[in-house]
Amino acid sequence: MKFTLSWLKNPLETDADAQAIADRLTSIGLEVESVEDAGARLKEFTVAYVISAEKHPNADKLKLCMVDTGGPAPVQVVCGAPNAHTGMKAVFAKPGVVIPASGEVLKVGTIRGVESRGMLCSARELMLGDDHTGIIELGADAKVGEPAARALGLNDPVIDVALTPNRGDAASVYGIARDLAAAGMGRLREGDLSPVKGQFASPIRTGLDFPAGAENAAPMFAGRLIRGVKNGPSPQWLQDWLKAVGLRPISALVDVTNFIALDRGRPLHVFDAAKLKGNLRARFASDGEQILALDGKTYTLDSGMVVIADEARAVGIGGVMGGEDTACTESTTDVFIESALFDPVRVARAGRLLGIQSDARYRFERGVDPEFVLPGLELATKMILKFCGGEPSDVVVAGAVPQWRREIAFSPETVKKLAGIALPKAEIADILKRLGFDVTEGEPMKVSPPSWRGDIEGKADLVEEVVRIYGLDKVPSLAMTRPQAVARPTLTAAQVRMRTVRRALAARGFNECISFSFIARAHARLFGGGDDARELENPIAADLDALRPSVLPSLLAAAQKNAARGFSDQMLFEIGAQFQSGIPGAQANVAAGLRAGNGERSWTKASHAADAFDAKADMLAALEAAMGGPMTAPVKAGAAEWYHPGRSGTLALGPKVLGYFGELHPKVLDAFDLKGPVAAFEVFLDAIPEPKSKSRARSQFAPSPFQAVERDFAFVLDANVSAEDVLKAARAADRNLIESVQLFDLYEGRNVPDGKKSLAIAVRLQPKDRTLTDAEIEAVAAKIVDAVAKATGGSLRT
Amino acid sequence: MSDIAKLERDILAAVKAAKDEASLEAARVAALGKKGSISELLKTLGAMSAEERKAKGPAFNSLRDRVAGAIAARRAELADASLNSRLQSEKIDVTLPARPEPRGTVHPVSQVFDELTAIFADLGFAVAEGPDVEYDDYNFTKLNIPPDHAARQMHDTFYVSRQADGERHVLRTHTSPVQVRTMLKQKPPIRIIAPGRTYRVDSDATHSPMFHQFEGLVVDDATNLGHLKWTLEEFCKAFFEVDKVEMRARPSYFPFTEPSVEWDLRCDRSGGQIKFGTGNDWLELAGSGIVHPRVLAMCGIDPEKYQGYAFGGGIDRLAMLKYGIPDIRSFFESDLRWLRHYGFAALDIPTLDGGLSR
Repeated sequence: MKFTLSWLKNPLETDADAQAIADRLTSIGLEVESVEDAGARLKEFTVAYVISAEKHPNADKLKLCMVDTGGPAPVQVVCGAPNAHTGMKAVFAKPGVVIPASGEVLKVGTIRGVESRGMLCSARELMLGDDHTGIIELGADAKVGEPAARALGLNDPVIDVALTPNRGDAASVYGIARDLAAAGMGRLREGDLSPVKGQFASPIRTGLDFPAGAENAAPMFAGRLIRGVKNGPSPQWLQDWLKAVGLRPISALVDVTNFIALDRGRPLHVFDAAKLKGNLRARFASDGEQILALDGKTYTLDSGMVVIADEARAVGIGGVMGGEDTACTESTTDVFIESALFDPVRVARAGRLLGIQSDARYRFERGVDPEFVLPGLELATKMILKFCGGEPSDVVVAGAVPQWRREIAFSPETVKKLAGIALPKAEIADILKRLGFDVTEGEPMKVSPPSWRGDIEGKADLVEEVVRIYGLDKVPSLAMTRPQAVARPTLTAAQVRMRTVRRALAARGFNECISFSFIARAHARLFGGGDDARELENPIAADLDALRPSVLPSLLAAAQKNAARGFSDQMLFEIGAQFQSGIPGAQANVAAGLRAGNGERSWTKASHAADAFDAKADMLAALEAAMGGPMTAPVKAGAAEWYHPGRSGTLALGPKVLGYFGELHPKVLDAFDLKGPVAAFEVFLDAIPEPKSKSRARSQFAPSPFQAVERDFAFVLDANVSAEDVLKAARAADRNLIESVQLFDLYEGRNVPDGKKSLAIAVRLQPKDRTLTDAEIEAVAAKIVDAVAKATGGSLRT
Repeated sequence: MSDIAKLERDILAAVKAAKDEASLEAARVAALGKKGSISELLKTLGAMSAEERKAKGPAFNSLRDRVAGAIAARRAELADASLNSRLQSEKIDVTLPARPEPRGTVHPVSQVFDELTAIFADLGFAVAEGPDVEYDDYNFTKLNIPPDHAARQMHDTFYVSRQADGERHVLRTHTSPVQVRTMLKQKPPIRIIAPGRTYRVDSDATHSPMFHQFEGLVVDDATNLGHLKWTLEEFCKAFFEVDKVEMRARPSYFPFTEPSVEWDLRCDRSGGQIKFGTGNDWLELAGSGIVHPRVLAMCGIDPEKYQGYAFGGGIDRLAMLKYGIPDIRSFFESDLRWLRHYGFAALDIPTLDGGLSR
């Protein structure tokens, strides 16, 4: 919502300057986005008269000008503009002035051997437009020496307010003035809204034609004919104001309606009565009905949209835009003025579906003052009579002002209760009255909002009104009570888990990423997703159209980009959601990570290509961080389809899968254009069981006083025997004595038959009640060998 | 006596001359071995008279002790020399680089997440969560956003395809639906913050289609705008780690609060860096307000009995302000160079006692 300072001072009597007004507006909730004060910005630039413009002695394209700047003697200026000529008025910058476009201070210069003591400016140099083909030529009536801004008509600051959607009442200069007056920034002038007496009965009548139950689509439709007008340009002041806020002056009749929309928030429309057929009525459009609108485009309407129609066709889209066929032109002599009320929801819908932004829509969808239908019509009548002459008819009205009066019981204590400000009852009542509310004293007081404040519904709204005018900055800072003297932990176990896993993975050397939750559908398909249930209807980009079924594709896409930047060795992880469907809650928190590349090259030769055992260690580290203890459950071969089928594993507790790890499937790497190897893991944080014991005390520390014994065994086994089976059998051989079993060697090759392998384990025996004798040790060793042989068919390597 | 003196001199010379363990051992055997010169000398004591033995015994014994001492000392010298020479030969180039260890990082958003929860935990705010895909009812309707509101349009809100049950859900456009979820399942008093991912159909230099918000909600029988102001002031001081902040309140409009307030923070942006509590610039901090009575009622809380405040702000934005990160879009590009540059060390865990940042 844009307006100029002088426009505002039409309804508001005030001495305040633009900045003071802007500050106050922001403080009362009408946020000022900008104050464009070209007059202040360009105050150093003045009007000059070019006494002579001759060719520069040393340059063909330059001109040597003698310029009268209002000083005692003419000033010599070298100018490169092709349009510089003798006898013109131009904008002059003297040395020392900062040129807005460049930000540089203008200096006395010597150009091709000739001194130049100033500059004649182009629109672009002053940041007034893009034109840089020549210097600005001012009107002949511009006074030499006066500020150029005045000659340019730019001495009126333009204030731009970002209106919140609830404040339809402030979508007008008058509405803003009304709020400022209530806020103590001046006195409001209501203007002359008295009715103009009709000279004859309007030959065109207005009507409302809606099915029962839909009367609110357009509750009121008023109008009047003015015959014998002479349309032409509107007065200069009106054109200046409209131009200053970005509107193009068209003709007096149209400019008047635009002015009243902006000045009073009352959208109107003027028809050329000669082009109308019969009476006008508001009705629903029929599906597919078409109209050529004022913007020159043809729109196809639907039956939820309101139109103004004559007896032949739709002549306007109600509350949105008028029709081109019945528009006023220079030759219009009889004009019919429409002033109506339209349902904000239907106007917003029509505007949205048709893609029309108009000043009328902006106001109707925010809600207009229902009581201003007729005063707005009278105001328009007066202005048209004044600018264009003519003879007004009686006013015709269909429908009536809908009921808007309501009463809110309001206890003044509510202000303190909600806002923390203790205000006397009288001050509260005074503020509300200044804003146009009716206040009946009492306990509680009875408050009725004015017709233009359709947004006020209850007590909380009244508190806001009082506080914004009194001053939000006066709200005192009130300490909240501490629920506990010493703050208690507030994170849930799952939240703590997520944080611990994050920091554990970072400590392992992973870089944390945060990626979009949506990915390319083609990528999603590789990870079990990409179905319709996880598709976005309106993706921001074609390749971000699927909710991700796994976090890994996000990381793979990132890894590919990083690889393209020359970083082949990467360790990336992300903790975030993966989605099972498009239903709320069908998502799970996952910690996923990948290692790509061969590891940083080092003279120590310590690096190796990322493999499944890296991923296994990463997965276990994440799980152990999450659980706060060792993860002893065994893994099983194989994982989800995006892993290498022979080089991946799953860790599960019963039916609950806690994690996958492994090298990725070559097809997946291909799809992401990654040259392997990539090893990855996924840990499903939500599946991890909560710790059972809540006891903080540790179990008793009871080290055995007896010597532990370690024995190594090497077994020859079929190559397909899993290590886990060997370990499990060995552990179970004597649960009392065997403290731990560690696998420390895997060998295949010479001295081991084809199709066989050798696995070596170290078994640690820890007696609890006595020192073991050699015989006892041998007995346990035999049990271990037997157990492994029985479980795996393997035998001790000799 | 001169024989003994000479013997001692000769033995000591031999000990001293020993260049290694073997020659030292030879010298020892020659002197103290079974047939060694000193052993032989000691053997002569047996044939002596008592007086003679008394006179020579101590001298012989003392000679033996001196020689033994000299041999031990020489042995230690030789051992040192040999260790030293071994150590010399074991010399390495310590300027060779250490074994490479990757340096991991925590994303700035996660770091700020932890900072927020540390601060608000001290104020007694629990951390509440909700799903990214949200019911239209929770994201809009129960927050008093009417069915025809512009925010619900496809140009603002991401919609997920219609599900098998015919329902059509949204990617939450703000963290406010967590307010709804919290109020539906918990009776006042309520004090929560809800940080999380949020989504809007918006992508340009200053917008990302996914971003992070945090939401605060307090509902009890007395909390008002003054408490809101205090909370945000205390939060800003703690978060930006400054002693003083100055906030400006602007009346605003959100469907789910009434009155609604936007808060700006006084700052100084001259010199490329941002300073708080001073200067002439204002920075938008948070939108907020008193929870709309209709929202309370729709969430099953009696608005005549209970009231409270809600506020919301951007986590990415806080990270950008505090840590001088220029571009929100870069947060989600996973550029390794960016992650390493702006990321935090694993053990930079924000705490109130140790400080939020170092």
